[in-house]
Amino acid sequence: MKLIKGYPESMRESIEMVEKTREKRLKEKYQQMSMEERDDVLNKYHPDYKPEVKRTLSVGNSKGEIVPFEVADLIESYSRISEKDIDLSNIDYDVDLLIIGGGGAGTMAGIWATYEGIDPQNILMTTKLRHGDSNSIMAQGGIQAADKSNDAPEIHYLDVIGGGHFANDPELVEALVSDGPAIIKWFEGKGVMFDKEKDGTMITIHGGGTSRKRMHSAKDYTGMELLRVIRDEFINLSIPAVEFSPAIELLMDDKGQVAGAVLFNIETHQYYVVRAKATIMATGGFGRLHIQGFPTTNHYGATADGLAMAYRCGARLRDMDSVQYHPTGAAFPEQIVGLLITEKVRGLGAQPLNREGEMFVHPLEPRDVESAAFIKECYGAGGGVETPTGMQGVWLDSPMINMIKGEGVTERELSAMYRMFKRFDINMVEDPILVFPTLHYQNGGVVIDSNGATELKGLFAGGEVTGGVHGKNRLMGNSLLDYSVFGRRAGISAARYAKKASIGKLTLSHVTKYSKELKKVGVPESRKSPMILPEYRGKNVMSRAIDIF
Amino acid sequence: MLAEKNQIPLVSVFIMGKEYKVPSGLTLMKAMEYAGYRYTRGAGCRAGFCGACATIYRLKDDYKLKSALACQTTVDDGMYLVQLPFTPANKKKYDMEKLNIAHNALLKEYPEIARCISCNSCTKVCPQELKVMDYVQASLRGDIEKAAILSFDCVQCGLCAFRCPAEITQYHVGQLARRLNGKFVAPKAIHTEEAVAKLNNGVSKKEISKLKILKLAEIKDLYKKRVTE
Repeated sequence: MKLIKGYPESMRESIEMVEKTREKRLKEKYQQMSMEERDDVLNKYHPDYKPEVKRTLSVGNSKGEIVPFEVADLIESYSRISEKDIDLSNIDYDVDLLIIGGGGAGTMAGIWATYEGIDPQNILMTTKLRHGDSNSIMAQGGIQAADKSNDAPEIHYLDVIGGGHFANDPELVEALVSDGPAIIKWFEGKGVMFDKEKDGTMITIHGGGTSRKRMHSAKDYTGMELLRVIRDEFINLSIPAVEFSPAIELLMDDKGQVAGAVLFNIETHQYYVVRAKATIMATGGFGRLHIQGFPTTNHYGATADGLAMAYRCGARLRDMDSVQYHPTGAAFPEQIVGLLITEKVRGLGAQPLNREGEMFVHPLEPRDVESAAFIKECYGAGGGVETPTGMQGVWLDSPMINMIKGEGVTERELSAMYRMFKRFDINMVEDPILVFPTLHYQNGGVVIDSNGATELKGLFAGGEVTGGVHGKNRLMGNSLLDYSVFGRRAGISAARYAKKASIGKLTLSHVTKYSKELKKVGVPESRKSPMILPEYRGKNVMSRAIDIF
Repeated sequence: MLAEKNQIPLVSVFIMGKEYKVPSGLTLMKAMEYAGYRYTRGAGCRAGFCGACATIYRLKDDYKLKSALACQTTVDDGMYLVQLPFTPANKKKYDMEKLNIAHNALLKEYPEIARCISCNSCTKVCPQELKVMDYVQASLRGDIEKAAILSFDCVQCGLCAFRCPAEITQYHVGQLARRLNGKFVAPKAIHTEEAVAKLNNGVSKKEISKLKILKLAEIKDLYKKRVTE
């Protein structure tokens, strides 16, 4: 296929139309939708509003909740181990605090548990891949916090609740927005290089659904910058971390407390028993379940292992019916389909356009509304741009950014995006980029309180694995804040709990009990979880693979 | 899938010397998976941010040793490659509060930067195309800000540390430079400090407690009426 500066002839024709309307559009603003218009487009076009893609959970403490099929299959699955497989009398790690997950929430939890007085040597972090391999490190656009003079936590509160369709837990939202300014100050003190003016003022912009410009950033590597710094701090504190060893089941004791976990070394296939006075679940979200077949922005290990494990112990889930599709996943070229194009691209002025180069939606509606509008344009209004592989997308008119903000702004403030497209011969300063919604975030999750405690004794949680903070839709910049606030709070609460807790006899009887319930409702025994890693090997190879070695 | 119906032309790729036919247009990472490899090491974010998939390769009839992130690079016919699963590199442990930038903290923590022979191998190997040698030199001079800015886009894949004949672990030096810059060199945000202090007066807490008890219709109305900056 012949490409002209990265694009085939067919797409070039549409780009010409985009160029023709640009001059006029630079002066125009598109009206935001009313609440009624938002509801209409969501109901008709958002993938989440289709009842036929979900089912009701038939076992466990959230029995009756409606969740996507992929989530239901994961939750209603048998354990990978049974009681007789595991020798619980032989303990490999005996600690005060076990942190499951090496992303932002887990890292914050470890640091703050140490500050709370737990000896680092009595903490263990366990992670499936490397410490830092997570969605946290991939976040690009920014972190919200109400720290400007025209802003306040109560204004931030209203944005969060409205964006979440008023379904959020008010206590959690209060914690989120109230801790915001202190979290930014803490990061600054740890050496995070925020984007600043010469006098130190944070450069902040809008995100979808924000009423104040409170998006703090570090170019479009915000997540990477934050995580690099806290991981560095974590290592400086000498907190032990065991990599490539995911938890595959939580342990409980005979008093009904969560009391550690069974880990699985994915390289040697050995299991380890961890006894812990307190356990923090920080396993992140579910992007790699590919809900409804969508591509995802998420990292390789985002398989919602923590949901499945916590549920077997009796944790309750909430808002798991709601899935966040990020409006702007890459739709071309094929090599990067589904990868994140940060909302900051729109925040800096790029407009979404149809095939004819016309605007059809305000650039910064809340994410679910923006996504639904893109899907409507492609599959309802017939305004999509088709790629050579038959995928539909809409343009994001990135050349506008330098025209509005000045030369070099894209290259400097969106260096990750600029670099990614350049690798595939597309210059986003000269040409628009093609986007389509992509599976991005698990809005719901395990129920917690504002201290990061779950309803189970001994189990704490923070970050994307939890639910309630964002209701039915998270706003941009609130996930980095979420893991910072609730990772920290979970770390502190778990540390305090661990100081007083005493653990009884370890058991996996909850797993046996859960299996019985599954059997009763007829779940096929072949269905197992956690998933640990998704399966992407070629079908030709898999169909001829034999398991003899 | 189109490839399985043989509608996409196949190319040869030599994974650790062994030939596989894979559809053209795949990234190196997807090509490895297509060929039947299941990643444990060597894959992380799959989007160019985590540095897990550092890869070295050569192209057909080319003596040059090239480098890439496997998730961000397309396969080429006749390419032979290997991924580097891990970089053995010691990170210094330090207490940020006790470091002194006036006495070149970078040189003190990582004295081996003085061994730099300016060969530029690190810059040439960097898959992010950063000026690695320049930030090592800036570190040596104690120019923290420059080292921080030049190293900012580093994904810490470790390729520079493998290539360096002076055995410097550049990406760890860059990490410390950025933290020193963020903490000691960059101007402080006064408004953040003030916002934190303001929270102590309890006004926001009171305002939020009012919002928390509103009926659904009332808070919806407030949300609708809110003014956007």
